[in-house]
Amino acid sequence: MTDSAIATNPTPVAAAAAVPPKLAVRDLHFYYNGFHALKGIDMDIPSMQVTAIIGPSGCGKSTLLRIFNRIYAIYPKLEAKGSIELDGENILDPSYSMNRLRSKIGMVFQKPVPFPMTIFENVAYGIRHHEKLPKAEMENRVEQALRSSALWNEVKDKLKQNALGLSGGQQQRLCIARAIALKPEVLLLDEPTSALDPIATGRIEQLVEELKSQFTIVIVTHNMQQAARVSDLTAFMYLGELIEFAQTEKIFTKPDKKQTEDYITGRFG
Amino acid sequence: MPVATPTDILEQRSRRDVRHERLFRWLLKGCALIVLAALLGAAGATLWGGRDAFATFGWHFLVSSSWDPGNDVYGALVPVYGTIVTSFIALLIAVPISFGIALYLSEVAPTWLRTPVASAIELLAGIPSIIYGMWGLFVFAPFFANHIKPWLTNNLGNKPDDGKLSWVAEHVPFVGKLFGSDYPFGASILVAGIVLAIMVIPFISSVMREVFQTVPTRLKESAYALGSSTWEVSWDIVLPYTRSAVIGGIFLGLGRALGETMAVTFVLGNAMQLSASLLDPGTSIASTIANQFSEASGLQKSSLMALAFLLFVVTFIVLLIARLMLRRLASKEGR
Repeated sequence: MTDSAIATNPTPVAAAAAVPPKLAVRDLHFYYNGFHALKGIDMDIPSMQVTAIIGPSGCGKSTLLRIFNRIYAIYPKLEAKGSIELDGENILDPSYSMNRLRSKIGMVFQKPVPFPMTIFENVAYGIRHHEKLPKAEMENRVEQALRSSALWNEVKDKLKQNALGLSGGQQQRLCIARAIALKPEVLLLDEPTSALDPIATGRIEQLVEELKSQFTIVIVTHNMQQAARVSDLTAFMYLGELIEFAQTEKIFTKPDKKQTEDYITGRFG
Repeated sequence: MPVATPTDILEQRSRRDVRHERLFRWLLKGCALIVLAALLGAAGATLWGGRDAFATFGWHFLVSSSWDPGNDVYGALVPVYGTIVTSFIALLIAVPISFGIALYLSEVAPTWLRTPVASAIELLAGIPSIIYGMWGLFVFAPFFANHIKPWLTNNLGNKPDDGKLSWVAEHVPFVGKLFGSDYPFGASILVAGIVLAIMVIPFISSVMREVFQTVPTRLKESAYALGSSTWEVSWDIVLPYTRSAVIGGIFLGLGRALGETMAVTFVLGNAMQLSASLLDPGTSIASTIANQFSEASGLQKSSLMALAFLLFVVTFIVLLIARLMLRRLASKEGR
């Protein structure tokens, strides 16, 4: 199924490159307390596709993802140099409003983290920060978000209950609902299934498949099969560098670089 | 001599484990029971000591504002009122400030500043209350009487020096009464409340800081990722997540404020009179006891004991209210 899914869904990189990329990363360097964590990343992430970033632990894949919405900026002593253009505008420019950036680029984290509120409030919380909506419209938006994240049928009767009562997989889908409720353009997923069981993982992967018609998705995963299953393009990173970035099918069948081949065949990492 | 087989040894071992387990449980239970015994003992002793006062005055003891050793008539209203109001003022001032201190230290302050300031707060908590009392009496109360009190009486009170009522005193109910005073000195309910606030801030803020640090980073990051500001993350995520511990910390401070004796005795004025004004002197349960215990005998001594029992009751009621508040908030969150 994996192979056929890729085969029936060919994504010519050339065609993707013809239209301007959604996110254009240019000569991106990142420093943790002086440690050089990313060493000159260049990458064009196409619109309305799923891009997976793989690589061994510590290769900088999560770091890269965390720069896309500048979440790293809440900590001191972290520094990004270079540029990332979202539709042609540099989001690393300090004048790019944080509010605007975070309404355009949503993020879902490794472990499900529902807020200590009701299920409804969890989804409504982010919307409320950006927009003042009348009650009926808010309910509508929350329902839409929960439907898109395939959670509505499971929670529609308990919207007023605390979100901590949901199962891990449900909590993670709630986090996805929370992120897409803001109607972002890009959705960042940071190892979204690493804390979930196989069934819940399957549902999230299915969801990613469904969501890519509406969002540009970038997913970091340590699970190569997952990257092969859900993504159109795959980037392989190693020791802070982008080794290879191409169509998923190509990366997993005939990668150009020896390091990529070694990694996906399990010879290291 | 019979040889011990491996099974025998195993059985002996498990029997010993069961014995130890039982002993350990009893030990723990004993430790916990000491708390209960101390509490019941203290409450029982004061109730027993105050039985004469309760028998003589009945319910009148609770609602009477007279405290007249000459005629041997005693009522608890003034000290109970003073205790509750000073503690309430203390919390009103201390809670927001402590919240600010704790948030600053856990969310905003640069790392190198966090530890020194946190240690300074703990040092502040260690200062004996007599020193706060002395500072209050010799430094703060005179300053208050000279600089703050005139402003309060003139701008908010109903008895201004120049006779002209301010807009606030005229139009907002109660405020005029709260800040009207003929009493010339600083020592008053408000000053006691302020000194108490300074005393409880270290307690409340260090508990708050401690629990704010337990909020998982990923929870805060998720909120930041939705565009929340530091204030929103603190108010909507950090505070609800740590709420029961924060309320616990506040009540730790309140417990200290309710029972504080020395500092309050110095700055409260020790007047057995009931006044609506926060600028008039008053008295509290603990300071009344401290002031009168050495010379009291008979019914007066019993009345002081009864006051001590009432302090238990007041504390208990306050804790009960806290519990109910927590439960209501929890049900609002759907838990």
